[in-house]
Amino acid sequence: MKRLLMSCAVCILFLTACGSTADTAVVNTEGSTSMADIIAVLQESFHTEDTSITVNFSGTGSGAGIESVLTGTCDIGLSSRPVRPAELQRGAAVHIIALDGIALIVNLSNPVTDLTIPQIASVFTGQITNWKTLGGPDAPIAVYGREAGSGTRTAFEELIGAADNCLYTNEYGSTGDVTGNVSTNPNAIGYASLASVNDTVSILKVNGIACTERTIQNGAYSLQRPFIMVTNQNTVLSKPSQAFLDYALSQEAAPYLSLAGAIPP
Amino acid sequence: MNRSRTRSSPSELAMRTLLFICALTAVIFVLLITVYLILSGLPAIQEIGLFNFLFGDIWQPTSSTDPKFGILPMILTSIYGAAAAIVIGVPIGIFTAIFLAKAAPPKLAALIRPMIGLLAGIPSVVYGLVGMCVLVPCLRKWLDLPAGDSLLAAVIVLAVMILPSVISVSETALEAVPKEYEEASLALGATELETYFRVTAPAAKSGIAAAAALGTGRAIGEAMAILMVAGNVANMPSLLKSVRFLTTGIAIEMNYAAPGSLQRQALFSIGLVLFLFIMLINILLSIVLKADKGDNL
Repeated sequence: MKRLLMSCAVCILFLTACGSTADTAVVNTEGSTSMADIIAVLQESFHTEDTSITVNFSGTGSGAGIESVLTGTCDIGLSSRPVRPAELQRGAAVHIIALDGIALIVNLSNPVTDLTIPQIASVFTGQITNWKTLGGPDAPIAVYGREAGSGTRTAFEELIGAADNCLYTNEYGSTGDVTGNVSTNPNAIGYASLASVNDTVSILKVNGIACTERTIQNGAYSLQRPFIMVTNQNTVLSKPSQAFLDYALSQEAAPYLSLAGAIPP
Repeated sequence: MNRSRTRSSPSELAMRTLLFICALTAVIFVLLITVYLILSGLPAIQEIGLFNFLFGDIWQPTSSTDPKFGILPMILTSIYGAAAAIVIGVPIGIFTAIFLAKAAPPKLAALIRPMIGLLAGIPSVVYGLVGMCVLVPCLRKWLDLPAGDSLLAAVIVLAVMILPSVISVSETALEAVPKEYEEASLALGATELETYFRVTAPAAKSGIAAAAALGTGRAIGEAMAILMVAGNVANMPSLLKSVRFLTTGIAIEMNYAAPGSLQRQALFSIGLVLFLFIMLINILLSIVLKADKGDNL
């Protein structure tokens, strides 16, 4: 009998617990898979401030994220590419929460220091295959990149105007693999998020401009992309969604954003 | 049956049940994995089309304009890679086994055997690491390549990796050959080496074939080590170019393939193809082993 009472008590406790979770507000975010890390740290840090709000994330891609916020299937769309004019016309409101700079890296022994965007595009599409053409030694170029599906790869290829057109010598599954292999091969060139590049490789200037946090923030460095939260101007943003958006844009969130490898705008 | 009826004490029965359940676990997992692979692998194949999937030569799953899901480069790379590893690894393995089983002084054999055991115990990521840090830079310098990551590097790593199993299985097969065969051969005036190569090895041929089949299975299924040395671009296989195996194709793209996308589903389909390959090799292996038993009877 005692046992039965106990199990009833446990059941009731459990049910009330379920009831209380059903009361918490939910913010649904959807979009760029490149922003998964950023949303993850924001989710966690935001949850410690306000435990009544749960943030969901679904990584479907920038275009799909903007589309679903405009059609009302999610609260906040996430985009790691600039929002297009057509999307702005349909009521997309842009909130840039962070920036990501893509550094072009070569081996420390490589004397080349500066490339233009057309030169980079020629290297990555296989038109230039020897460092001599770029003012380096007479050695073949090993083009290192990320695997299909990587957000960095998609962004980089779009920024140099060679989307789906790059010919890689090797592909790697992580940023660490790319930097590691560039650091051991004098012929190599590759790309990686600025935040994850260390001093085992040298970072090239692009169009004469060095890749630093400052040049990314002032827009001078061209291989960069924004991390954007997109809302719909035609509908009123729910209170919890507004709270999460405000938090993402606040000073408190900035250190967490840099923790996730992004640069504050 | 009779014995179990006479001695069916409760503890006996409990133990029997426990053993049965344990045996069942393995079977259940095999069935679960098979069903899961088929269910998750078929949708993409249906959408892409079996012919386009198996015989398409371009893998470009995330192209925004014209995605292509042809895995022929990966299938051929896996076949060529495993075959080349067998061609290099199996003869070395068999000669080592003949040496250990017959020709080596017992003390030397006792020294080499545990070393081969150690080779079998080295995790594949360590093979990959050594390949990446030593083999790949050497190939780059010697052959004057942009990068040393290539089918050749993967084949060399695979050939070393399959050695231990080839050696131990063929050594067991050689030792199982009845002594009388060798004695008869020696008595007829053949030298020792002639005896090993003309009598012992042919008598153990199905065991040696089983060793080769086992090595093929290992080579086809290996992922980690070759992920680190093969370069991972889905080119049509060529000895000095970066290539992608079926296994590494799954491993490298699974991380960032968007959930629910055709790319992710296609990766499961690659898994299904790989599974069928391994099953084929296992069936082959059991046929060879059965033939072996038939010989000895």
